[in-house]
Amino acid sequence: MDSTFGIIFSAVFISNIILAQFLGLCSFLGVSKNFKNAFGMSAAVSFVMLLATILCYGVYHGLLVPYHLEYLQTLVFILAIAALVQLVEMFMKKSMPALHKAMGVYLPLITTNCAILGIALINVTKNYSLIDSIANSIGTSLGYTMAILLFSCIRERLDEDQMPPCMRVLPIALITASFMSIALMGMSGIH
Amino acid sequence: MLINELTKGIIKDNPLFVQLLGTCPSLATTSSLTNALGMGAAFTFVLIGSNIVISLIRKLIPDQVHIPCYIVVIASLVTVVEMIMNAYVPALYAALGVFVPLIVVNCIVLGRAEAFACKNGVVASILDAIGMGIGYTLALTIIASFRELLGSGKLLGHQILGAPFTPALIFILPAGAFITMGCVFAMVAYLRQRGAAHNG
Repeated sequence: MDSTFGIIFSAVFISNIILAQFLGLCSFLGVSKNFKNAFGMSAAVSFVMLLATILCYGVYHGLLVPYHLEYLQTLVFILAIAALVQLVEMFMKKSMPALHKAMGVYLPLITTNCAILGIALINVTKNYSLIDSIANSIGTSLGYTMAILLFSCIRERLDEDQMPPCMRVLPIALITASFMSIALMGMSGIH
Repeated sequence: MLINELTKGIIKDNPLFVQLLGTCPSLATTSSLTNALGMGAAFTFVLIGSNIVISLIRKLIPDQVHIPCYIVVIASLVTVVEMIMNAYVPALYAALGVFVPLIVVNCIVLGRAEAFACKNGVVASILDAIGMGIGYTLALTIIASFRELLGSGKLLGHQILGAPFTPALIFILPAGAFITMGCVFAMVAYLRQRGAAHNG
């Protein structure tokens, strides 16, 4: 499955960023306690991930490769992402106050969301072209949104269920995530 | 008490079990004990380095840009670790994959810089980093031991559980990571609750 569609499909289902690759878990466990927060976070992550992918692709192929500085990728990417998040936040505050109000609190957290940096690094490792990188980042953000929204719905109901006190909140949430991950394993044969 | 700075990270303020930081690598790099120890070592190296540098330059950093400065320090150290691992333990480096560069965004490293190294001297910061590093490595080791033992019957590549035991492959797969971590967290919560009931 080398086609662009294949990349999107595999990023959503087969190698889902949270349930199969374990990236972005902090936000997955942290803001999935109710649906509204989960939606805000996934919108912010999807938006920044797309911009960050394009930016990192440009920086890597425009700046690092010509000067043989590939080994600096980690350092340069994290700075690029931090600067990007800062700019997006300033831009939103000024021209889209309503959106900023909805997404604003999640934006600073995104700098340290490993999903964003992870996807930028994976795109470089796999040698994706610009189109493939964009496809991968769209598929990944769809996968992230799907996982975190489903998970938040389950967690809202878990709060009301009875269970031993030591299983409350995090342990039961992780075991729930494990079952979601098993469900996605069924997809892994599709090529 | 300087010795407290060293010991608090191991049990009382364990970064993974108590502070719930750094969960991503704790699931991804614990499919075998070797990977977990490698990740713990790389992480501890970065944490010690960043705590030393940040506690040395803490009075020079302007307050408005302290987070970007910390990130530059941490990212430089991670790049050093990446190069060392790629040169001397290429197999381990390939197995850990993207999670070595992702130490940059590990919340524990930035968290210790922000909460400890920017307020304390070099010696205390080194001890704090060593304690936190041991605590995190210990947590990874516990999760990885369960997963490797149940998933393949081996520990560090040596066969431990023999013929009658059938390895449950699922523990090596992502789903097994979540379920092991959930059970270990439940165990920690149970012990803490029982301890609290005894003391209270």
